[in-house]
Amino acid sequence: MTKFIIIMLSAVFINNYVLSRFLGICPFLGVSKKLNQATGMSVAVIFVMLMATAVTWPLQTYLLTPNNLGYLQTIVFILVIATLVQLVEIILKRYIPSLHKSLGVYLPLITTNCAVLGVTILNIDEGYTFAESMINSLGSGLGFFLAMVMFSGVRSKLEGADIPKAFQGLPITLVAASITSLSFLGFSGVIENLFA
Amino acid sequence: MNKRQNFLKGIIKENPVLVLVLGTCPSLAVTTSVISALGMGAAATVVLLCSNIVVSALRNIIPDKVRIPCYIVLIAGFVTMVQMLVKAFAPALDESLGIFLPLIVVNCIILGRAEMYANKNKVLDSAIDALGMGIGFTFALLLMGTIREVLGNGTWMGIQIPVLAENNISIMTMAPGGFLVFGILMAIVGKISKGKNVKKSFGCAGCPSAELCGRACCDEKEEAK
Repeated sequence: MTKFIIIMLSAVFINNYVLSRFLGICPFLGVSKKLNQATGMSVAVIFVMLMATAVTWPLQTYLLTPNNLGYLQTIVFILVIATLVQLVEIILKRYIPSLHKSLGVYLPLITTNCAVLGVTILNIDEGYTFAESMINSLGSGLGFFLAMVMFSGVRSKLEGADIPKAFQGLPITLVAASITSLSFLGFSGVIENLFA
Repeated sequence: MNKRQNFLKGIIKENPVLVLVLGTCPSLAVTTSVISALGMGAAATVVLLCSNIVVSALRNIIPDKVRIPCYIVLIAGFVTMVQMLVKAFAPALDESLGIFLPLIVVNCIILGRAEMYANKNKVLDSAIDALGMGIGFTFALLLMGTIREVLGNGTWMGIQIPVLAENNISIMTMAPGGFLVFGILMAIVGKISKGKNVKKSFGCAGCPSAELCGRACCDEKEEAK
């Protein structure tokens, strides 16, 4: 149990996907301007991360590794994610139109989101069991959510600020991201000591 | 546009990282040292060149409706090849690039060039475009890698620099330094080009998924206009 908590907390805080691993920067910069968009995108990412892990982990463990096909990992995983995203979109559209309305626009963007492919590959690289992989994916998704929501707050503060002309737009956003990620550096080492 | 302009546009005017703002994840993550920045640049250039040539050659065969999945499969194939080559011949580089080597698959530069250039142009032009873009990407990574390694570690490609080595700013090689250097570089590029050809906000024009997402995240750009 302690191991699950450690995996979860370190995925959310210490190895935060956006702010310390640099995965999923595109949506982090692109969709974080408004809080409702940031939330919608993050929920869609958490959902797809969990689904993708639930499919790719058994594929790798029971199909690719026993048959010495480990080198096909990249191709298989990206195809699984792309198909899954399409499938989820179709199912949502057909059966839960209200959810499709709020998440639908973000789903296709997730195919090329490196955070999703990243989490599935990292789960295999770290040698996690199925349960640990799911916990890690959930933690990573929540970490993404946290970063997005925090950063959309930071950006709304930036809107009224008087910024030098050269820095307007993306440059100041990146500098703000730098300071946000600085605050996450404070977490390093905390969780290991918490359970030591 | 002649061949020379086509080649040069990727390096300066339409630099994929500093102007078009594509492929931000690897540019932030692998630029902690010059060596890994160069390795990433080279790997991505090889994949980009191969994918642009093949996509361009097959542009009349691939049905329009399923083109994005086709491109992804093609790109994933080339990435797997590069991954195996790097693992076999440069294991140290494999170690330092880590997860970002397989993640070249989802690098927007490669899918973006396939979608925006290679599927409309001849094979030779696409190859030239890929080389220009690849070199532009490598150049931007090299620039960021140099700044971060010199300031953060006091070394350049492992060579010690006298004064800086004792007074290194280690935050530069950590995550916040990456964002900071990238932001400042982008501001400098914007200043030099005085806003010409520079998208001030995160644009959707360069995003291959823009059509698919119904431009949900593009309102920012529309507002700016």
